[in-house]
Amino acid sequence: METFNQMQEFAESWALVFLTVVFVAAVVWALWPGKSRDQDDAARLIFRNEDRPASDKPVHKEA
Amino acid sequence: MWDYVKLIVLGTIALCGAVAANYARDFGYEVHAILITVVAAGMFVWQLRRIDEPKPVPTDEYLDGVIRAGVIATMFWGVVGMLAGVFIASQLAFPSLNFIWAHGYLNFGRLRPVHTSGVIFAFGGNALLATSFYVVQRTSAARLWGGNLAWFVFWGYNLFIVLAASGYVMGVTQAKEYAEPEWYMDLWLTIVWLAYLAVFLGTIIKRKEPHIYVANWFYLSFIVTIAMLHVFNNLSIPVSIFGSKSVQVFSGVQDMMVQWWYGHNAVGFFLTAGFLGMMYYFVPKQAERPVYSYKLSIIHFWALIFLYIWAGPHHLHYTALPDWASTLGMVFSIMLWMPSWGGMINGLMTLSGAWDKLRTDPIMRMMVVSVGFYGMSTFEGPMMSIKAVNSLSHYTDWTIGHVHSGALGWNGMITFGALYFLTPRLWNRDRLYSLKLVSWHFWLATIGIVLYASSMWVSGIMEGLMWREVDAQGYLVNSFADTVAARFPMLVTRATGGSLYLTGVLIMAFNLWKTATAMPEKAPAATAVPAE
Repeated sequence: METFNQMQEFAESWALVFLTVVFVAAVVWALWPGKSRDQDDAARLIFRNEDRPASDKPVHKEA
Repeated sequence: MWDYVKLIVLGTIALCGAVAANYARDFGYEVHAILITVVAAGMFVWQLRRIDEPKPVPTDEYLDGVIRAGVIATMFWGVVGMLAGVFIASQLAFPSLNFIWAHGYLNFGRLRPVHTSGVIFAFGGNALLATSFYVVQRTSAARLWGGNLAWFVFWGYNLFIVLAASGYVMGVTQAKEYAEPEWYMDLWLTIVWLAYLAVFLGTIIKRKEPHIYVANWFYLSFIVTIAMLHVFNNLSIPVSIFGSKSVQVFSGVQDMMVQWWYGHNAVGFFLTAGFLGMMYYFVPKQAERPVYSYKLSIIHFWALIFLYIWAGPHHLHYTALPDWASTLGMVFSIMLWMPSWGGMINGLMTLSGAWDKLRTDPIMRMMVVSVGFYGMSTFEGPMMSIKAVNSLSHYTDWTIGHVHSGALGWNGMITFGALYFLTPRLWNRDRLYSLKLVSWHFWLATIGIVLYASSMWVSGIMEGLMWREVDAQGYLVNSFADTVAARFPMLVTRATGGSLYLTGVLIMAFNLWKTATAMPEKAPAATAVPAE
């Protein structure tokens, strides 16, 4: 029971705060201004490299 | 060198299998031990015959062979699993189909897990393997990591399925819903699954694209979470290493909670997150437009995985589970409405500006209906998790109807869409054998689902109302047998709906077979560089 109570106390406090912070951070990260450009590029990457892998040269992003 | 290690390992497995077959305590275990011995010995000979042969590894092309095998396996298991489903649905309507001569093998209780595992893990699992390997390569612009490890994953997983399904028929089961396979199969699946994780993660790590496409996030969360769920829910101690029976480490209410933590997240991560990975790749590809909102897809992902993991206790309302736990499960289930519908809107709105495709492209129609069913079943699910609703719906056919509108509508339709998308590309064909047959499949499947879901709603709500009906003195009005008799017309309608759905799948199998064998090869296209 002792272990259970300790676990419970931890889960109700620090673990809850931690999970909430991580979640909020993920949402803020997704909505951060100025990311739209990269996100649009990511959304379109499914239309590239359909038939074969990219060559070993690193990908140069166009300016 | 590696070849010799393989030989030693295979030889050892074959030997141990033979020893285990000799000492086997029960019939099912003995059959499995012999099966493993035969497979290992066969692979030993196969390995021996090609030892030290040079194996050139092409690096400038994708590893598509294993995906082709995955597509075939998906088709095959789809037909087997759904045939089993139609048969057990008919057994419920007409109990005489539980043949006396096949008692203990082909009665409802034995075949039901064959159906559930057959459609979820064999059909759905192979679809997830094949599509995840396809998507991760295309979106990472890299060949699968680990050489032939992907082939090990494919054959290992299918061996697991054969062992599991044959075990159910022989009564080898630990009686945990959706986690029936016994301890030695669980251990084997753990090994295969870790190899799957390694292949998938390895490919992402060596990607050539700077970004990890959102579909890969969903696939990865599916792989990681299933590994965790599988291990915890299958913590058991075998009674003997020469027998199939094992005893669970958890007992009572703890075991029940772990089971439904597993069970609900098998729905949440196997049948939702994994298939959302499919949605986020194949719907934009088929619509030839990028996903509606990439921001929304990221929020969809994080919200979904943060909420889903807590929803399990809603399977255990009004049981020995503490009230706070079942309330917690209910609250999180209701919160799940938001990410689910966000994801559905994201999938549907991807078609904005391309809605005309619905008229001309039956594959697109399938995908859209699939996303629509995702929305409907993720509306119905949270509603049924509310305690007051659950007291009516639980243990009735309503649950079965709900599961099937999700499984047939969402998982089935998106898989069919993906298979129709993949087959011409993987076999290098210009187009499918027949779009008309796709239309036929679409309508058969849709009408089948409508019959299935509506009959189960009627039957389920009727059952719930009949079970709780009391007369003026407070006595129950109906006996259980009364409710069984009253369900008969709905059970027949359900079996009919299932038959229509199965017919559609058979048409698809024919169509895909003809696409691969009877259509001309695609002419090599003039090298076109995308104007990016």
